Amino acid sequence: MGRTLAEKVWDDHVVRRAEGEPDLLFIDLHLLHEVTSPQAFDGLRLSGRTVRRTDLTIATEDHNTPTLDIDKPIADPVSRTQLETLRKNCAEFGVRLHPLGDVEQGVVHVVGPQLGLTQPGTTVVCGDSHTSTHGAFGALAFGIGTSQVEHVLATQTLPMPKFKTMAITVEGELPDGVTAKDLILAIIAKIGTGGGQGYVIEYRGSAIEKLSMEARMTVCNMSIEAGARAGMIAPDETTFAYLKGRPHAPEGEDWDAAVAYWKTLRTDDDAVFDHEVYIDAARLAPFVTWGTNPGQGAPLSAAVPDPASFADPSERLAAEKALEYMGLRPDQPLRDIAVDTVFVGSCTNGRIEDLRSAASVLEGRKVADGLRMLVVPGSVRVALQAVEEGLDKVFTAAGAEWRHAGCSMCLGMNPDQLAPGERSASTSNRNFEGRQGKGGRTHLVSPQVAAATAVLGHLASPADLSDVRTPVEA
Amino acid sequence: MEAFTTHTGRAVPLRRSNVDTDQIIPAHWLKKVTRNGFEDGLFEAWRKDQDFVLNQPERHGATVLVAGPDFGTGSSREHAVWALQNYGFKTVLSSRFADIFRGNSLKNGLLTVVVPQDVIERLWKLTESDPAAEITVDLVAREVRAEGLTQSFELDDNARWRLLEGLDDISLTLRHEADIAEYESSRPAYKPRTVEV
Ligand code: SF4
Repeated sequence: MGRTLAEKVWDDHVVRRAEGEPDLLFIDLHLLHEVTSPQAFDGLRLSGRTVRRTDLTIATEDHNTPTLDIDKPIADPVSRTQLETLRKNCAEFGVRLHPLGDVEQGVVHVVGPQLGLTQPGTTVVCGDSHTSTHGAFGALAFGIGTSQVEHVLATQTLPMPKFKTMAITVEGELPDGVTAKDLILAIIAKIGTGGGQGYVIEYRGSAIEKLSMEARMTVCNMSIEAGARAGMIAPDETTFAYLKGRPHAPEGEDWDAAVAYWKTLRTDDDAVFDHEVYIDAARLAPFVTWGTNPGQGAPLSAAVPDPASFADPSERLAAEKALEYMGLRPDQPLRDIAVDTVFVGSCTNGRIEDLRSAASVLEGRKVADGLRMLVVPGSVRVALQAVEEGLDKVFTAAGAEWRHAGCSMCLGMNPDQLAPGERSASTSNRNFEGRQGKGGRTHLVSPQVAAATAVLGHLASPADLSDVRTPVEA
Repeated sequence: MEAFTTHTGRAVPLRRSNVDTDQIIPAHWLKKVTRNGFEDGLFEAWRKDQDFVLNQPERHGATVLVAGPDFGTGSSREHAVWALQNYGFKTVLSSRFADIFRGNSLKNGLLTVVVPQDVIERLWKLTESDPAAEITVDLVAREVRAEGLTQSFELDDNARWRLLEGLDDISLTLRHEADIAEYESSRPAYKPRTVEV
């Protein structure tokens, strides 16, 4: 019987297989950041172990880094301790680190791909659930816990329980103004936050093949929000073109050998998935969340659902709790929801295409009075590229704040937070209670919807903007 | 890691579904660089409410958490497991756990037990009406026992053996160091390396 993409990559990494035990997999790339690594390094030190493969390990600072005044000492002592601990650990164990202020610094899931380290057919792990992002390249990429981080540091392997396979096939054309973010939010709303549990999802079909690499990363990034172990997309010419010439991409003969291998990484025609889901791309629309988990979403043109309309009692209860927390009433049109803050950034939508997309909507327009808009590039490289293209000027001319790279308001570990009761439209991936600051209320949106919302002051898509733009002065 | 054979203790009935790791331990606690001292962060937001079940004096010293479905969703933070352990929980029962959380818990010796939702409901009723009621989680027999209730549960042999023996993963893996070295020697040259090129 044929094998799926995920099974092929898995099989190529089995170091040891034994009856009744999880397979021991070799890990090609281990990404580290300051939040989930200190206890792992601590564990190594306590047991007198070393990092087995520093040449397959790389670290960056992202979760705690400030997005303003980055040359000044970090005010929050705890954030400072975490960053200092990472620096100390990387120096002691010989791990390459891109600290705050370095040109390669940024959100770990933006940095790996842009360096060309994330490659098809590799296994990638990081102590962060959104490691699924790297699956966009046809890599098998898992978020892991700190004990596993320690395990990979010490052994470069990981015992992994077997997974189930799911195909999500998206056929057709995405309508104008519908982005990868809308697609993945619609998928999660369809299968639920537990729908992917135990599965590695492979996204396939003509609509997926047409997506750019960056859009594919947006889709795979949120696989974890459907509960999946990982998300993957088969590598193709788009993948190869993205990788070619990147700092860590293979060169010369190695490139040819790599591409020959990468081309074998497609699900065989006779392979069978444990579960299949079909989506018609043409029927999708801009999508936003109304609740407190990423599965509680609806098309922007819809209204807040009435909890009473949920047949499942636990879903009904969850919807009731969500509406209470979010300060929304049933049947209120989503477009009527006014927001205080718009956040563009994160490993979901903080890459250059996302910034271009938001800027194209904002160009010649103004952020609504009293509304705060933060634009936080996913990495320093993304920021430099945006500056080169003049996107930063578009944002600041519109009245948005152009910030330094990092996770920022995606999770509010640095000073970029919502105040209690404040409401945001955010291009990040989680709308959990308090995620963006205690008592903060989050609506997940695409970069385009974020920008249109910033202009109008309520949830909106670019199609709602009927105003005439003021040309930006050169 | 501490071995787990059988445990008997009083319970905290947590009538909530989809408890994500942000609720178990809020993000600002992740800044700590040690493995202990997370007990005060456990369910921090909910504990501000005096009526929250953990704040009831009769729940003091309880070691068994009886949770709703989809416990531990969201971020992969292992701190969620440490927070539960630091607080004193030895075992968590639910009808469904998020995968990463489950993996993290078993690796740290926090036994997560999957039982059907109707068993959870019965345990909720039992421990709500009688806070002194004890629940036994017997890993040797793979059984949950409480007054008027015996329920078997599944746990794969490997995870069970490691918990029973209190064995940590790294030492187990390093017994196969030769296999790792052999695999490494045959990796293709085109595989990425993080060292500067
Ligand atoms: S941007 Fe957000 S989701 Fe991504 S790694 Fe940072 S905190 Fe996690």
